[in-house]
Amino acid sequence: MNNLVIWPIIIPLIAGLILILFRKNILFQRLLSILAIIGIGVVSVSLMSQIKGNGIQTLQAGGWAPPYGISIVADMFSAILLLSSSIVALFCLIYSFRSIGEKREKHYFYPFYLFLITGVNGSFLTGDIFNLFVCFEVMLISSYVLISLGGTKLQLRESIKYILINVLSSSLFLVAIAYLYAMLGTLNFAHLSLRVAEAGQDGLLTTVSLLFLIVFGMKAALFLFFWLPGAYSAPPTAIAAVFAALLTKVGIYALFRTFTLVFYHKPEVTHFIIGILGALTMLLGAIGAIAYWDIKKILTYNVIVGVGFIIAGLASQTPNGIMGSLYYLIHDILIKALIFLLGGAIIVITGTSKLKEISGLIRNHPYLGWMFFIAALSLAGIPPLSGFLGKVFITRGTFEAGYYWLGGIGLLTSLMVLFSIMKIFMNVFWGETALSKEMEKGTTKGLMFPIGCLTALTITLGLGAEGIHEYVQIAADGLVNPSLYIEAVMAGAK
Amino acid sequence: METLISILVGLFFSIGTYLVLSKSLIRIILGTSIISHGVNLLILTMGGLKTGGPPLLGGINTTFTDSLPQALILTAIVINFAVTALFLVLSYRTYKTVGTDDMDQLRGNKDE
Repeated sequence: MNNLVIWPIIIPLIAGLILILFRKNILFQRLLSILAIIGIGVVSVSLMSQIKGNGIQTLQAGGWAPPYGISIVADMFSAILLLSSSIVALFCLIYSFRSIGEKREKHYFYPFYLFLITGVNGSFLTGDIFNLFVCFEVMLISSYVLISLGGTKLQLRESIKYILINVLSSSLFLVAIAYLYAMLGTLNFAHLSLRVAEAGQDGLLTTVSLLFLIVFGMKAALFLFFWLPGAYSAPPTAIAAVFAALLTKVGIYALFRTFTLVFYHKPEVTHFIIGILGALTMLLGAIGAIAYWDIKKILTYNVIVGVGFIIAGLASQTPNGIMGSLYYLIHDILIKALIFLLGGAIIVITGTSKLKEISGLIRNHPYLGWMFFIAALSLAGIPPLSGFLGKVFITRGTFEAGYYWLGGIGLLTSLMVLFSIMKIFMNVFWGETALSKEMEKGTTKGLMFPIGCLTALTITLGLGAEGIHEYVQIAADGLVNPSLYIEAVMAGAK
Repeated sequence: METLISILVGLFFSIGTYLVLSKSLIRIILGTSIISHGVNLLILTMGGLKTGGPPLLGGINTTFTDSLPQALILTAIVINFAVTALFLVLSYRTYKTVGTDDMDQLRGNKDE
């Protein structure tokens, strides 16, 4: 029992509730939301050191013994995701101060932002599958509001589609939970895993696991990504960056949790299908990324490629592949936020997202240009930067598992990603300077600080990968040996 | 009994799917509502429909129906209620702003 585990859920929830009362006081809203997110970061760092010293931390809500109550579980995997998501959330929040506009700020932007974080953190920490559903809904309802906040035509149109898709996938999630409950009679992850191991994973359970794959695949944009490019190009940049960094990652987290903890007995069926879906996701996403001449569209398709790549590590089911996925997950959360913020800054300056209408920004915006260049190289996985190590481990893992085609497609799509992002760089920053300082539509004042910090982080993470290796190793061990998780949760039963 | 309810749930799902695939926005929202009714019935059925008293202590019963699915449904109903309310308001707002409820005209390739 460790009460610290629930703090990452409670802090943003309470802060959000308080902020509802102070609608007009924008300064206070900004201050409290920054403090709340820094608080989550501090808590997750101390959780990481506790997990490193004493193993997985659990909390049985209300003191009920597992599996009767709801367990809140923080293993290293969750803690790492908590920390990286709170870092990204902080910088997107700072970016939004300058870019979101007073009207949105007065209409409860910050409370909804904090409720979104509540849902994300809850999904990372919960040890109960129905509670995971509830946390998903907390996150999704906040995202419905954030995506439509402001009420422009584009936002309204896209939010309708986004809501429809998510309502349907939530219904499917409940259906899958109902089937699982009928077969196993429990909802606690650790207990589910025990029961599946006892009874053996028969055809019916495999079918249910595939239903979970569809549900989480829809949330994570794994193959079923048709809703993502439209939905993520509608909201303002700061919101789109948070969505790109966090929302799909929660789906990926759920996929990892279910397919490493509960349904790991029939990898020749489930993990093989996951591998095929991952390969298709990478290919289709990369094709989309090189097809468009629109900054927003290229960036959203890059989100999809990243999802496919992380899932390839899960499909390999080797320690190396899983470790690579973890490295890549951390990197992907940072870099997706970074490229969305950079793209947003370009759109602020030029007033358009069409590549063919922009050229020669490097003369007046050298810092922005070179930071974009670094981010582009990092996204593609060039060695000194953060994307490299994850790609190496994932490729090695897929080769070890015998999925050469999967690793090959991963490497091929890296080239396509590099091409798509370099297309933005060369079109936007090189060439004739068409836009003089006076003709610019907006200023990047205040936007450069979060972008610069995230760029520094992606360099640090690339050079200092040794520093986090120990933590990633512990997280990967936890995912490869589900017994560690089960023992930690069930220890509270005695 | 479980078989009958399962067929009914299947019927709910097929009607809901048919409605969701239609053009008009309000029919789509009705479709999602019907699907979530089906989901709630399914959770109840999957918990088992064996006869027993209502799950209230202090009565004369010695056997009870499973109370967990009922708690799950109660949660799911409230969440679905909130989402449907938001969805309805949003579709009303979209109708006012965009001026149509035809999904074909909500594609929006023209003005971009």
